[in-house]
Amino acid sequence: MSARNSCILVALGVLLQTQAHAQTDRAVVVASKPFGESYLLAEMFAQIMEARGLRVQRRQGLGATEIAFRALRTGAIDVYPEYTGTGLLAVLGEPSQPGRSARDVYDRVSREFRRRFDVRWLAPLGFENTYAIAVRRTTADSLDLRTLSDLARESSKLRAGLTPDFIGRPDGLPGLTKAYGVRPRAVRSLLPAVKYQALAEGAVDVVDGYSTDGLIKRYNLVVLQDDKNFFPPYEAAALARSALANDNPRAIAALSELSGRIDVERMRALNERVEVAGESVESVARSALADLGLTGTTTARVGNSTATREGREGSLISYLVERRGQIARMAARHLLLVALSLIAAIALAVPLGLALERLPRHAEQVIRAVGLLQTIPSIALLAFMLPALGIGVVPALVALFLYSLYPIVRNTYSGVQTADPAAVAAATALGMTGRQVLRYVRFPLAAPVIMAGIRTAGVIAVGTATLAAFIGAGGLGDPIVAGLALSDTRMILSGALPAAALALVVDGVLALAERVATPPR
Amino acid sequence: MIAPAAALAADAVTKRYGDVTVLDRVSVSVPRAACVAIVGESGSGKTTLLRMFNRLVEPDAGRVQVRGSDVKTVDGVELRRTIGYVPQDGGLLPHWTVQRNAELVPWLKHDATRAELAREALSLAGLDPVRFGTRLPSELSGGQRQRVAIARALAARPDIVLMDEPFGALDAITRGELQETYVELRARLEVTTLLVTHDLREARRLADRVVVMRAGRVEQDAPMSEVVANPATPYVAELIRRALTDDIAAAP
Repeated sequence: MSARNSCILVALGVLLQTQAHAQTDRAVVVASKPFGESYLLAEMFAQIMEARGLRVQRRQGLGATEIAFRALRTGAIDVYPEYTGTGLLAVLGEPSQPGRSARDVYDRVSREFRRRFDVRWLAPLGFENTYAIAVRRTTADSLDLRTLSDLARESSKLRAGLTPDFIGRPDGLPGLTKAYGVRPRAVRSLLPAVKYQALAEGAVDVVDGYSTDGLIKRYNLVVLQDDKNFFPPYEAAALARSALANDNPRAIAALSELSGRIDVERMRALNERVEVAGESVESVARSALADLGLTGTTTARVGNSTATREGREGSLISYLVERRGQIARMAARHLLLVALSLIAAIALAVPLGLALERLPRHAEQVIRAVGLLQTIPSIALLAFMLPALGIGVVPALVALFLYSLYPIVRNTYSGVQTADPAAVAAATALGMTGRQVLRYVRFPLAAPVIMAGIRTAGVIAVGTATLAAFIGAGGLGDPIVAGLALSDTRMILSGALPAAALALVVDGVLALAERVATPPR
Repeated sequence: MIAPAAALAADAVTKRYGDVTVLDRVSVSVPRAACVAIVGESGSGKTTLLRMFNRLVEPDAGRVQVRGSDVKTVDGVELRRTIGYVPQDGGLLPHWTVQRNAELVPWLKHDATRAELAREALSLAGLDPVRFGTRLPSELSGGQRQRVAIARALAARPDIVLMDEPFGALDAITRGELQETYVELRARLEVTTLLVTHDLREARRLADRVVVMRAGRVEQDAPMSEVVANPATPYVAELIRRALTDDIAAAP
C-alpha cells in the first residue's frame, strides 16, 4: 500500500473514531435542533444523565426538525427535545384543529409516534413554547394590530422575515395563510439569530418567534394574539428512541426527572440568560439543574475556568486566542473532511472527464447530470441521504464529494477537449491513436485547467463543509451553527473567520499545485 | 488513370460536406521520389485531398492508393506512422523537448534507436541536436520550430512526406532558407513529397510537377514550365500573372 493510501485511511479513521466510540461504549447520544432553547434543554438532558452516572455524547445543532427526527428514527441519535405541536403538524402531517387541548395533542403524538416510528415522547417538561408572531410596537400602534386576524387584514402592507422552517411547514406560514388569510407583501427567509434584529431595524415588519424567547422583551416587540387558536399546543418534551428505554432504562429515568419541572417563566428566564446575557449554555443548564434540586449546587463548579467566565465582553481577538486549541482542532477536522472528499472526487471526476473525451456523444449529457447535483440545496441533500447514511461524518463526506464532482469533471473535459488543436492534429497525423493523444498530448496540456477545477471544488468544499455541522459531522460549522442559534456573534466568527482563512489557504496551496502542474511551454 | 510506379495516387475522388462538394472527381498521382505541389487558394480542396493519403479524410467516392495499395485495406494509424507529415504551424507538442518531438514517430513504432534517428533527422533539418535537443518549442524561432517539424516528419525515415503549407507562416527570408534545406534533403533522401501550397513560386522551387486546383476541381496538372508556358485555363493564367508580378515587386 502506498504511503498516500495509508495516509487517507488514517485520516478516515480519525474522522470515524468518534462514531465508532459511541457505538462500543453505548453512550447516550443527545441532540438538539439549531436554536437556543433546544441547545439548552439538550444540555440539561445531557447533564442530568451524566449526574446519574451515564456516558453522554452531544450532537447539538442538527439541521432542523427533518434532520433531527430522521436522525432519531435511524438511531444516529437517542434523544432530543421536541414540541408536541411540531410532532403533530410537521411530522404526522395532521391538519391544525383549532382549540385542541394540550393533553389531547400529547396523547395523539404519543400513540402515533410509538406505533409508526418506534419513538417515545417522555412526559412533558412543563411548559409550552408556541409560535409567537411578533411586530414592532410602532407597527402595532399605527396599524392597530392586536391579533392575527388584525395582521391578516393588514398583511399585504407588511414584509415578513420568517425562519426557513416556518415558511415551509404546515403549522407555519401555509397554515396561517389558510386559517387567517395572512399574505405578506414579501417573505424573506431569516435565521433565528438575525430575525429579531432585522425586525428591530425595520428590514422586515413581522417575524415568527417562540413564546419563550428572551429577545421579545429586549426588543420591545408585540406578540399578536392567536385569536382563532390556530397554533396547536407546543408542549416541550424529550423525544427518545424506544430502543433507549430497552437498552438503557436509567437514561429514561434520569430524563424523566425533568418532567413537569420547568414552567414557562423558568424557561423564559433561562433563555434570557443565554440569549440576552450571553451566559454559556453549559453553565446555565448546570445552574438550572441545581436550582431544581436535581444536582449538586452550582458553587461546587465555580473553579471551572472558561465555563464561569460569563458574558460576551472582551475582544474578539482574546475570545479567539482563548479558544485557539479548540479552533485548531475544528479546523483540522474541517480540512480532513474537505481533503478526503476532494481526493475521492478527483479519483472519480478526472477519469470520468477523460473518458468523456473518448465518448464525446455522451459528454454533455453526463456533465449536465453531474451539474444537476450541484443544484440540490445542501441541506436537502443531507436530509435525503439521512435514511441511508445516518448523520455524522459519512454523509458529510458523501455530500462534499458529490458537490466537488462538477467543477472537476467540467474542467477536465473542456481542458482536454480544447487542448492545443495544432499539437493534437499533428500528433494524430503522425500516427498517435486517440488514446495516445489523450494521454500524451491532451491530458498534460489540460493539467492546469483540471487543477483550476480542483481548486474551485476545494474552495467550495471549504464553504460547504460548514454545513456539515447540521448533521453532526463537526468542523468549523459547529460554532457557526451554535452561534447562530444562540445569537452569539463572536461564536459565529470563531468558526467563520478560520473557515475563510482555510478557504484562502486551500486556494493558495491548490494555486501552487496548479503552477506545478502547468507543463513548460 | 494510375501509373503503376506511383507512390501516391488518387483516382476520381469526391468529398462532400453536406451540400458543399469539396472535391469533385479529382485525380492526382505522385511518382516515387518525385515532388508534386498542389496549388490553389483556400477552399480549393487541396488540404482535404492531402489528408486523404493518410486516411484523416475518407473519400465519398473514388480510390486512394499509397504505395500501390488501396488505403482502405490499411489501418489508418499504422499508415500514418509510415508517412511523414509537416503542418503549417509546426504542430509541435509544446510540453515536449525538441529531441522528444523529433523522436515521436520512432517512439510510436517502438524503435530502440529512436534517439539516434531523431538526432540524425535534426541535423538533416539544419539543427544541432546537442544545442537544440533539450529546448522546448517555445524557446525556438518560427523557422527553427519548422525545422523541428521537418525533422520529426523524417526521423522514422519514411519514403513519403505530406506537407501542408509547411512554410506559409514564415517570413520571406526564413521561408527561402527552409525551402533550400528541403531541396537539399530531397536530393539526399529520395523521398516522395506531396506539397500543398498557395504559393506558385514555392511550387516552382520545390516541385517537379504542379496540380492547380480551384473549387474542388483540377484546372491543370503539368510540369511547372508547361504551366507557365501554356496555362490551361484563364484562372491558371491569372495565377501565374500574379505570381510574376509578386516576383517583380519582391525584386530589389
